[in-house]
Amino acid sequence: MTAGLAQPTGRGNGRLALLLCLALTALASPVAAASADAQAQAGTADLYPFPSAAEQARFQALLSELRCPMCENQTIADSGAPIAADMRDRVYRMMQDGASDDAIVTALAQRFGDYVRYRPVFDASTALLWLTPILAVLIGAVAIALMVRQRRRAGAVPDVLTEQQRARADRLLTAASARRRSGGDGA
Amino acid sequence: MKRSLLFIPLLLAIALGLVLYFGLGTDKSQRPSALVGDPVPPFNLPGLADPGQRYTEAMFQGQITLLNVWGTWCPACRHEHPYLVTLARNLAGEQGLPVRLVGMNYKDTRDAAQAWLRDLGNPYQQVVFDADGTLGFDLGVYGAPETFVIDADGVIRYRHVGIVNEQVWAETLKPLIQTLKAGS
Repeated sequence: MTAGLAQPTGRGNGRLALLLCLALTALASPVAAASADAQAQAGTADLYPFPSAAEQARFQALLSELRCPMCENQTIADSGAPIAADMRDRVYRMMQDGASDDAIVTALAQRFGDYVRYRPVFDASTALLWLTPILAVLIGAVAIALMVRQRRRAGAVPDVLTEQQRARADRLLTAASARRRSGGDGA
Repeated sequence: MKRSLLFIPLLLAIALGLVLYFGLGTDKSQRPSALVGDPVPPFNLPGLADPGQRYTEAMFQGQITLLNVWGTWCPACRHEHPYLVTLARNLAGEQGLPVRLVGMNYKDTRDAAQAWLRDLGNPYQQVVFDADGTLGFDLGVYGAPETFVIDADGVIRYRHVGIVNEQVWAETLKPLIQTLKAGS
């Protein structure tokens, strides 16, 4: 009895603790991310002053869209490589000169290759990259449609049993229920 | 029809294998320069030995050039340097391979770079002094050493990232220069 009671409450405590953990991580991570973001922005704000928050945000967006050519899996916003610093400078200067986002990314890609674009352009060499997800979904949809149609056709077949089999099944079922009625209570 | 469907997993596995075979085998640090096929971007920079000397993109007209990007801050350049000295000596003797070695001192100080060439030997016919890395940026240089092959019309034909050694010279640079020479 006590064991029976202890178990549910124990489980309840565990669940509560789990919920608490989840809530804490859910709360903590945006806070931590926000403060890290604020720090990063404060850092770049000193180096690269902008007249408006919108321009500052545009700068950050551009930096996080460009890949550092030196360290393969970092944006030039994250990377500490000297070349990433040079690229940040160039982005800043081009923005001061009134260049569009597209012009800035193109200028860097012309020098360092399309490699620096985290969002690759659509051309012959990247067509497969862009189209594969769409193709995969289409192939999946066709496969599901075929399977559903096949299954529906199989379900539409009316009678699987012959007359004789049906009669035998009836006999067996009646016999079984008669047996259950006669000796069922004792079991 | 049903039986042929059983081969689909096999085909998928083969396709995946091919993708991985070719994908994992590539060396990602060796990316062709975005400027291959383009002329050397315009620049106007001083020489290393003589600050009064000005170099521009016109310096690459008329002869095939190996443009070597280096700096005294770069440990790999120190590894590379003895081979460049040997190569320069061989090129001076080698019959019929009209190529010259030009250095680009990248993001460096003049004193340190001059001391380096004095102590370790100078393989370059000319050295461009790119203290701020502006020409380096326009060439898409993201580290050192890098070596560009520039044809007699001043057009970039090849970029090698990393150290040039006996093997890189014999297997890649020399054959390329020979075809460029045959073509001109």
